[in-house]
Amino acid sequence: MAHATTAVQDQETKLIEELGYDDHFHEHEHGDKFKSNFITKYIFSQDHKMIARQFLITGIIWAIIGAAMSVIFRLQLGFPDESLAWLQPLLGKWIEVDAATGVGKLSQEFYYALVTMHGTIIVFFVLTAGLSGTFSNLLIPFQIGARDMASPFLNMLSYWFFFLAGVVMFFSLFLSTGPFSGGWVAYPPLSVLPQASDGSGAGMTLWLISLTLFVVSVALGGINYITTVLNLRTKGMSMWRMPLTVWAFFITAIIALLSFPVLVSGFLLLMFDRGLGTSFYLNEIFIGGQALDHVGGSPILYQHLFWFLGHPEVYIIILPAMGLVSEVLSTHCRKPIFGYKAMVYSILAIAFLSFIVWAHHMFMAGVNPFISNFFVIFTLIIAVPSAVKVFNWISTMYKANIRYNAASLFAIGFVSMFISGGLTGIFLGNSAIDIQMHDTYFVVAHFHIVMGVAAFFGMFAGIYHWYPKMYGRFMNETLGRIHFWGTLIGAYAIFWPMHYLGMAGVPRRYYRFDSFEYLRPFDDLNQFITIAAIITFFLQILFVVNFFYSIWKGKKMTTKNPWGSTTIEWTTPIEPVHGNWPGKLPTVQRWPYDYSKNGRDFIPQIEPLGPNESEVH
Amino acid sequence: MELTLKQNTGRSKIHPHKFALWVGCASLLMMFAALTSAYIVRQSAGNWLEFTLPEVFKYSTATIILSSIVLHASYIAFKRQNEMGYKVLLVLAGLLGVAFLGLQYQGWVQLMENGVPFTLNPSGDFVYVISWLHAAHVVGGIAILAVAMIHAFGLPFRVTPKRKLRFELSLTYWHFVDALWVYVFFFLTLYR
Ligand code: HEM
Ligand SMILES: [Cu+2]
Repeated sequence: MAHATTAVQDQETKLIEELGYDDHFHEHEHGDKFKSNFITKYIFSQDHKMIARQFLITGIIWAIIGAAMSVIFRLQLGFPDESLAWLQPLLGKWIEVDAATGVGKLSQEFYYALVTMHGTIIVFFVLTAGLSGTFSNLLIPFQIGARDMASPFLNMLSYWFFFLAGVVMFFSLFLSTGPFSGGWVAYPPLSVLPQASDGSGAGMTLWLISLTLFVVSVALGGINYITTVLNLRTKGMSMWRMPLTVWAFFITAIIALLSFPVLVSGFLLLMFDRGLGTSFYLNEIFIGGQALDHVGGSPILYQHLFWFLGHPEVYIIILPAMGLVSEVLSTHCRKPIFGYKAMVYSILAIAFLSFIVWAHHMFMAGVNPFISNFFVIFTLIIAVPSAVKVFNWISTMYKANIRYNAASLFAIGFVSMFISGGLTGIFLGNSAIDIQMHDTYFVVAHFHIVMGVAAFFGMFAGIYHWYPKMYGRFMNETLGRIHFWGTLIGAYAIFWPMHYLGMAGVPRRYYRFDSFEYLRPFDDLNQFITIAAIITFFLQILFVVNFFYSIWKGKKMTTKNPWGSTTIEWTTPIEPVHGNWPGKLPTVQRWPYDYSKNGRDFIPQIEPLGPNESEVH
Repeated sequence: MELTLKQNTGRSKIHPHKFALWVGCASLLMMFAALTSAYIVRQSAGNWLEFTLPEVFKYSTATIILSSIVLHASYIAFKRQNEMGYKVLLVLAGLLGVAFLGLQYQGWVQLMENGVPFTLNPSGDFVYVISWLHAAHVVGGIAILAVAMIHAFGLPFRVTPKRKLRFELSLTYWHFVDALWVYVFFFLTLYR
């Protein structure tokens, strides 16, 4: 076996030698500068491999913070009568301790701040930057055969803008008035009027600054990803030979570049309303019995601008995960991905449709019900390309000789989650059903399963699979599998019951439920969810420990291509080099999914077609 | 800072930096598309103050178009090795850019004097905000032209591929902010 793999490796090296493209790249031209300096190598690095790891580790840290917040507010929801005084050392004045009884309560204001921060952090910092930032950076140059991004410098800036956005948001957590607390969607008037709530003052200002920096980061990254994919593919890498990962990152970047600027425009008007006295979003508001002189604006206008980004944003999150899952599934099923072209076309269809469904978030906000019908139709149509993808993943697995490992398990788990959550989307997409479901836990269940958990699963699949390419070592497989099964069961235990809560009319974003008679019967269910959430949260420690431990102590990678993959990132040396390939660039001879073909386990993309072989698609 | 890696697969027809600029412009365009769409949505909701745009905006539009043409002429002179024409026209384009900002300022003052001060009604505020945002992009463009002038007068005159590329990047951006204003101007004129 060991002998066989070395033979394969030798052959791959020979193929690059013979057929590779000589772009007159000299590794040591700038190499010394890069290797000698700690700052340029680890901090202000312009190497896409390092930037990818920076995005990932920053994302992991934010994930821990964001998830910990949810545990705290789940404690409040599950056990509203228990004392939280023990959290005072961490949360300080946000735990209000009754001097007489010693019972500590989570401040109501801070409860909302936690919910808001949880949403903002997970959606933007973890599942956008941490997921797409990490893997677009890692895989685009690797899989298309480029030395690096089109502009490594802008790429570095992209990370540092993200980092800065994080610093600003983190700082806002420590304001005496607390961070912003009006929900991750930041609807006016809570987001506009500093007097509306504690978090609407300095907290909201920092929130806006942070997210604006974040958009700059996304834009710089996206410009680079698109340019790199279109301009720097190696010889032979036609668009139809790109792995689905690259397709996904590419389309994601296009969506991001077209939708995030719209959010910025929405923010711009918001800033004018906040600071300069305009009334784009405000109309006839009374605060404390006082009428404000803001008239003539429309809060719905903000919702349109927000959701014009907001809906594409959910696909910005899920498409990269879909790309990773397609690749991981095909590799570990040892089968070509089923319906490669259909996969690409469905990504394109989803991307297009994602721009014309945004008002399904506003059915209940007072938009014209006739206009709603238009959005109902397109919302239901978007389920079609989504279903095509699901069908293709299942067909890829069908009768496959699947190698079950942490990576492939998480990819399969992704498919399960995406089905469960996608189906509830179809309920919500009907504006009549949404009258009952809107702003209930049904929506919370829907988007956590289809986006939150599914995207995390795609990310985990990607991390376990490409870890060797990032760190030259493997993560521990046993811990990985425990992590998978625990998280799968835990996630369903948390979010499945929420469907029932939602159908029964339990509203989201409430501090406690017991002041309403009709919500009393759900105390037990809420406790169950909270306990499941705590267990699932602590299970993630397994992953974090595994991740960091393996960087230094994981099993070493001994062959270049441990999974027997066809794609070209696995032809780069184990010990990463600046410019990715030490000599010539590989040239690409075939599509990326030749698994189990002509009696061979796999045929790498760099191997020319045989005399009687035709390229299948 | 320069690219740390020379990448050349010998197949791309357009320089990656140029392509990246186009992509960036598309993204900026979305910002303005969003604002003008918001304008339409808000307008249809009523309570919308009606007024005519100040005349000055017509002159500023002419100025920025002229500036674009002049910069293009400078670029052609540069390619033809005409050092004098290149430098003079470059400076002229920059001055016209500054003049554009001056005229925009006049426009805002006139708007106020015509009884449409800032914060009176969203219909006026949209004009202010959209033209301010555009002006901010022109300021960026003038900064870029200033850098181009520093190169023009600080470096010995030579037509190298690198300097040609740099010029083309500045030119593309300048044409872009020009076209952007023309769009905004016609939009604001037509959707009264
Ligand atoms: C199968 C197609 C899908 C349909 C038909 C659908 C439909 C909907 C609808 C109608 C709502 C609004 C519910 C309400 O507020 O009353 C909603 C909410 C949401 N959906 Fe989906 N969805 C689908 C897939 C997805 C996917 C793939 C994602 C993310 C990856 C996603 C993420 C979200 C999020 C984040 C929200 C809630 C945002 C909030 O209010 O905080 N959905 N979905
Ligand atoms: Cu949506």
